Amino acid sequence: MYFLDFLGLCQTALELALFNSLTVLALYLSYSMLNVCDLSTDGCYTLGAAVGAMTALAGYPVISIPAAMLAGMVSGLVTAVLQTRMGVNSLLAGIVVNTGLYSVNIAVMGGSSLKNLNKTATVFTMLKDRLKSAGLGNLQNLIIGFAAVALVILFLSFFLRTRMGLAIRATGNNPDMVRSSSIDPRFTTTVGLVISNAFTALSGCLMAQSQKSVTVDIGSGMVTVALASLLIGGVIIRRGITRRAVGAVLGAFIFRLVYTVALRFHLPTYMLKLVSSVIVLAALSIPYLCGKGSKKHIAGLPAPRGGE
Amino acid sequence: MLEIRDIWKVFNPGTPDEKIALNGLSLSVGDGEFISIIGANGAGKSTLFNAICGTFQVDRGSIILDGANVTRTPEHVRAKVIGRLFQDPMKGSAPGMSIEENLILAAGRGGWLSISSPRERAGFRDRLALLGMGLEDRMKAPVGLLSGGQRQALTLMMATMAHPKLLLLDEHTAALDPGTAEKVLKLTTKIVADERLTCLMITHNMQSALDLGDRTIMMDGGNIVFDTRGEERKRLTVEGLLERFRASSGKKLDNDRMLLSTAKDASRGMK
Repeated sequence: MYFLDFLGLCQTALELALFNSLTVLALYLSYSMLNVCDLSTDGCYTLGAAVGAMTALAGYPVISIPAAMLAGMVSGLVTAVLQTRMGVNSLLAGIVVNTGLYSVNIAVMGGSSLKNLNKTATVFTMLKDRLKSAGLGNLQNLIIGFAAVALVILFLSFFLRTRMGLAIRATGNNPDMVRSSSIDPRFTTTVGLVISNAFTALSGCLMAQSQKSVTVDIGSGMVTVALASLLIGGVIIRRGITRRAVGAVLGAFIFRLVYTVALRFHLPTYMLKLVSSVIVLAALSIPYLCGKGSKKHIAGLPAPRGGE
Repeated sequence: MLEIRDIWKVFNPGTPDEKIALNGLSLSVGDGEFISIIGANGAGKSTLFNAICGTFQVDRGSIILDGANVTRTPEHVRAKVIGRLFQDPMKGSAPGMSIEENLILAAGRGGWLSISSPRERAGFRDRLALLGMGLEDRMKAPVGLLSGGQRQALTLMMATMAHPKLLLLDEHTAALDPGTAEKVLKLTTKIVADERLTCLMITHNMQSALDLGDRTIMMDGGNIVFDTRGEERKRLTVEGLLERFRASSGKKLDNDRMLLSTAKDASRGMK
């Protein structure tokens, strides 16, 4: 009995990790590749959840997924335009959009801050009905989660090798070099943020539909949770574009696992955010404190003298 | 090829820090010409390059590149026809990406969603081999692991592989040790000659300013104070150049680096 209980716990942890790892993959693109810390992540996650839920409630469970992603892309476009064309600092652009999205999200949910999907047909209930006849019980969350994560990783491993993907990586690495390769870094930043926010919204959409409810707070703290997962993943797998993406997903699993274990030891649920904050701080500051940022002088070159 | 007409640039206008960086400068560069540029710190040499590249917009005047008026064209658009190297070897390449990936971006071929073909990458290998630095066997290595000289040679290749109309070299060997600097300089003259590039090179080394290329200009106070080519230039010595500088600007060279490199050149001359 205890074993079955444990198995169920693992399954739930795995499902939640899969859905959230889509946001981790979004940050892999925006934070690790583009070097933009996208603080609109929380709001965009909720936006995806809200748009997805409302579309499902309107009777279009399949369309709810592209609809949520489209909403995320629009949100990403706004964040990108603010920072690339309107001179707003990139962190501030994210915060401003995040704040605005709070109202937008409630508006999307028809003025309420909670929507229930208990009796609504979603992609999950549709798949569950199919699986029942095959005797596969409650695997629908895992299947959809795995499929979504696999598709996003496949997309990223292709996309980051294309000329656009390389340009996005170079934008985060050395924008001057991008400009001298006659590519506009404002354009690459915009494309990167639009794509990453589509994944964030997808993440929120799937989470809400699998949990059969959406609240306006569903995404709060997501950026820290996802960043924690991303940084954990970065410790496990350091090299290779595709491998690092897989690492990001593994990071999400480990984060969930730590959290699930903590819950077993009666850590109250509200401690999750503090745990994620501590993990992010540790992951960012430990390498700094140990190496004192020495990695920056990797080629051992003399400090450049200023030209006139 | 390049026609600069009466360009002006004032930094911090109307403040106590006001600085006239470009003072009605005009310059006409012929097709395939290789010009070396010398001048003291603050003479406006790099500012001139920034104006040509579009790093900032000039206050007045016009810049015509290969028949097209580019005075108001954004920097990344001008970059299609301009290759540029900086003194800092870190500036021209992305350290976290491999040599191969840097080259794919610099080559700029294919659409946004295209992936580099094995044939294109084989071409990169062959070109890298020409640099003679063993980089062709390290195509997958992150550029951040290369030495300054290797990185500058790679940047040189990146800047010239998309067949620019104009190559701008901003003291691109100044941060390298003497041996590497010489090697990179040799590569530069070879590539410029092979590709028949029009080239402007800022240098603080008076001797190489006279040795390389076919025209030398000297800048001071945001304008050209001395322009020499042909027979007159051939007869010119470093001492003569210094003399001309004093005559045209009415002051002594106050640049330590320039004096040092003159002393070095002089001692080399005595050997």
